[in-house]
Amino acid sequence: MPSGSADAATQKRPQADHPLAFDSSAKWERSAKIGLRPEPFGALAYHFDTRRLVFLKSAVLVQLVDGLVDHDSADAAIEAIVEPTDDRSRQAHVKALASLAEAGVIEPVTTAISSVG
Amino acid sequence: MTATQSSPLTLISKSASTKTQAVPPLVEQLKGGLDAPICLTWELTYACNLACVHCLSSSGRRDPKELTTAEALAVVDELADLQVFYVNLGGGEPMLRKDFLDIVDHAVSRNVGVKFSTNGYYIDKAAAERFAATDLLDIQISLDGFDAETNDAVRGKGSWEAARRAMDNLADANFGEFKISIVATRHNVDQLDDYKKMADEYGAQLRVTRLRPSGRGVDSYQDLRLTHPQQQQIFRWIMDHPDVLTGDSFFHLNALGKDTGETLPGLSMCGAGRIVCLIDPIGDVYACPFVIHDEFMAGNVRDTGGFASVWRESDLFQELREPGAAGACASCNAYEACGGGCMAAKFFTGIPLDGPDPDCALGHADEAVAAASAAGVVPQPSQDHSRRPVTLGAKPS
Repeated sequence: MPSGSADAATQKRPQADHPLAFDSSAKWERSAKIGLRPEPFGALAYHFDTRRLVFLKSAVLVQLVDGLVDHDSADAAIEAIVEPTDDRSRQAHVKALASLAEAGVIEPVTTAISSVG
Repeated sequence: MTATQSSPLTLISKSASTKTQAVPPLVEQLKGGLDAPICLTWELTYACNLACVHCLSSSGRRDPKELTTAEALAVVDELADLQVFYVNLGGGEPMLRKDFLDIVDHAVSRNVGVKFSTNGYYIDKAAAERFAATDLLDIQISLDGFDAETNDAVRGKGSWEAARRAMDNLADANFGEFKISIVATRHNVDQLDDYKKMADEYGAQLRVTRLRPSGRGVDSYQDLRLTHPQQQQIFRWIMDHPDVLTGDSFFHLNALGKDTGETLPGLSMCGAGRIVCLIDPIGDVYACPFVIHDEFMAGNVRDTGGFASVWRESDLFQELREPGAAGACASCNAYEACGGGCMAAKFFTGIPLDGPDPDCALGHADEAVAAASAAGVVPQPSQDHSRRPVTLGAKPS
């Protein structure tokens, strides 16, 4: 019996693929496994591996997710894109990014170890 | 296929909570509708080898007007263009369509994920291996009783064994985390712990959804629906098992959490025509899978403009996106929690759409349901593809 509504389970178990705590001083980027669909409230993000659907609840958060890759750290991206006026706004965006990291929407950019020679 | 490929639609913004939460503006925006559905159910055929007594689409015989292969593939293309991330395929039994794999493969190739619901009869070893090798594919096997007696009374003789065989084959093929899907009835609600153990043993995910009085469920609803004590029981069970999927289908029970501030996981809203809809086998688009009735038919994918026009412009869907009135529930202090419940359940029990859900956990619909039933004013589904009269089997003791 198919269901018409969205399955919306909370996952209490740890996400094995994303065990890292969120470090806002590191460089992050939008995961290649993510589909983003623009919506009036921001965007819907869908993770094709975990099948999780995530709501990005503001346009600026969408810009931030897309713009992370252009900055050396998440902190720098927040300063440049969100232009927070106070610490509270700054912290709110760090927290939002931490949630998105937990859901696998964004991933840390691992610097490739270049071979010497 | 990775081990984490299941668990559809986890909402980062809302989770099982023991604190009262203000309704986020996001939900209000979702109620106003989106440019494309978040989640779409597409019944591929009315043909079915089973004749479940609660079948929401009254399936059995194939309809001669069902979409052709070319038309079905065109629908996939349209969904891909709309960025519908995944589609729930069902029926009937979707695997009875000869082009089932063509449709699945085309969807996957267009990056539209597929979850399909099946009774499992046709998942033999070869099929299980084929599915295990297909990316972006999720399988949901229906099992409406933990034991054969309970299940077969609802789904027909032999259906329990077939479902278990399919699960064995998927496990043997290392498919990964498939889903075991249960429609909660008064006969299986005591078995949920057993089901959970079974799912864990298979490495599968459990999905428990609400019985609706839709399709043939119009006739079996009174025999299968949960009692009030069982509503309490399942509310508690779901709160205690946040890893079990529910299709967001029990939000009407949130009235039970009004004093403690507890809410079930999910958006707690009716998504019909707002974030979900149904495409039936002949291309008709309905507000949700549980309202296959002329009154809730918005258009057809064969119409000019296709599915997108129906979704965006149909009068019916526009209407459903308007803010609803609390109606008879306005004076109830639980209305904020349950939102008045399920439109389909009200419609097929003869209750006005602004009245209480027939399964109102506070009992506010009990009299109205009994009255509508006694007066014989319960609407019948507009279409019926049943093969023969379907009756409830021997009830488990």
